[in-house]
Amino acid sequence: MSELRELYQQVILDHNRKPHNFGPLDTANRHQEGFNPLCGDHLHVYLRLSADDVIEDIHFDGSGCAISKASASLMTQLLKGCTADEARQRFAGFHAMVTADNDAPVDLEAAGKLAVFSGVREFPMRVKCATLAWHTMKSALDSEATDPITTE
Amino acid sequence: MSQAQAAPFDVDSVRSDFPILGRAVRDRALVYLDNAATTQKPRSVIDAMDRYYEEENANIHRGVHLLSQQATFAYERARGRIAKFVNAVESAEIVFCRGTTEAVNLVAHGYARPRVQAGDEILVTHMEHHSNIVPWQMLCQATGAKLTVAPVTDAGALDLAGFADRLSPRTRLVAVTHASNVLGTINPIRQLCDLAHECGIPVFVDGAQGAPHLGVDVQALGCDFYAFSGHKLFAPTGIGALWGRRELLEAMSPYEGGGSMIQSVTFEATTFAELPNKFEAGTPNIAGAIGLAAAVDYLNGLGMERIAAYEDELLVYATERLLAVDGLRLFGTAADKVAVLSFALDAAHPHDIGTILDIEGVAIRTGHHCAQPLMQRFGVPAMARASFAFYNTRREVDALVSALGKVREILG
Ligand SMILES: Cc1ncc(COP(=O)(O)O)c(C=O)c1O
Repeated sequence: MSELRELYQQVILDHNRKPHNFGPLDTANRHQEGFNPLCGDHLHVYLRLSADDVIEDIHFDGSGCAISKASASLMTQLLKGCTADEARQRFAGFHAMVTADNDAPVDLEAAGKLAVFSGVREFPMRVKCATLAWHTMKSALDSEATDPITTE
Repeated sequence: MSQAQAAPFDVDSVRSDFPILGRAVRDRALVYLDNAATTQKPRSVIDAMDRYYEEENANIHRGVHLLSQQATFAYERARGRIAKFVNAVESAEIVFCRGTTEAVNLVAHGYARPRVQAGDEILVTHMEHHSNIVPWQMLCQATGAKLTVAPVTDAGALDLAGFADRLSPRTRLVAVTHASNVLGTINPIRQLCDLAHECGIPVFVDGAQGAPHLGVDVQALGCDFYAFSGHKLFAPTGIGALWGRRELLEAMSPYEGGGSMIQSVTFEATTFAELPNKFEAGTPNIAGAIGLAAAVDYLNGLGMERIAAYEDELLVYATERLLAVDGLRLFGTAADKVAVLSFALDAAHPHDIGTILDIEGVAIRTGHHCAQPLMQRFGVPAMARASFAFYNTRREVDALVSALGKVREILG
């Protein structure tokens, strides 16, 4: 059971049940659609980026597994108020954590709230679930294009 | 019926033939319920391939030396055993290929391409695997032909009237699966062939999920082509077979050009080899063919009828137990099924179900199962699927059900 609980931590289950910032964002000036063709996960990230590159607001919606939904929900909480560069850095740190070797120590301080996803690294097939929203957020930041992106 | 065939099915003894079934997963006994994706291999198959590499390895059809003769003999003997397994009229009607996917492409290029024109139709069903959709779609794009689709009922059976309705004067080929890899539905191939043949239309059968569970008799089925994959039939990956009626295979152009498929070559012209070599360009998967024949021998030893009867019992038991799980919805409840159970559980995403089951030691598949149009038909992006083989047990069904309890506990 411990391995199960390590992956499906209470925080993840809570976000899955009651995702934050869920639903379209009327004031968004960036929007991107993300797919995981492997499992059919499909989500949208909407964000409003100010003239000086601050994420003033960020929402998501779509359908996906508990890991991808919780990851998207936590991401929107964390990134509101960040600059675009800070958001990219957080993504890089998150990505490194979920793809690290199983026995590498987790830098809990740097990971902050995202540390609940550290169990994902033991399930390589689930990394794409955990990162889909982040990839989608990044591509929303990078362009105004609305071409869907995929994690394949 | 021989004595062995009359004996009850001894699943414990059968399991001991499969080395991998003894391994643990995350410190628990492996419960392997992903047999529609690929099956495990009995010791006899692994040994046959090892023996080939240790004692007979050489290229075939070319050397005069002893090893080459032995390898050629082993390869052609394998073809003969596979011909017998599907009750082909002769072994020259068996073309070795990489698997079902390559066989579909071979028929699409070698048979359909030169015979299909703009406005013609290829009829498939709504329950096909992508490998029995995409090659036909590509053919349609190249020729201006149209893909038509026979509907599937809510229970997951083929809608026979809908199928008959779509047989038109422009239909050039029917491509249909013997059994669905998602719903488990067994299609009434004989009946479909009779309907198609009345209109003069040949029928290609995707046997990827049929051959492992149902005794295949291509003459009784009445089809024109039948393809299957070795790796789903307890044999290695990278080998499979296409059976085709001699007249059709003879009239077809080669699929790939190269060595072994020719009679003579000059820079002006090439004449092609006889069947089946015409379709086997290059050095084939010799060890794979030998492994496939060993798998067929193994299945014959158990008896396909006994296998089917045992699996039927297991399917009835598993269906009953799954339907008793609160919040579980089964996809595919046709009367005639192979032992494949796709399901949803409450609002849990199939991916989470798959991971939690995996942690409990139960291997199932989740996702779209290479059948996205079928997912759309049932209004879901993905499904969880448990698929059984004759080495699975009631105890394993129980393990599945108790692991599903864990899913509800965590995500419910
Ligand atoms: C019904 C069906 N057709 C075709 C295929 C393709 O088989 P292969 O990948 O071995 O070519 C599969 C395998 O998943 C299948 O289940």
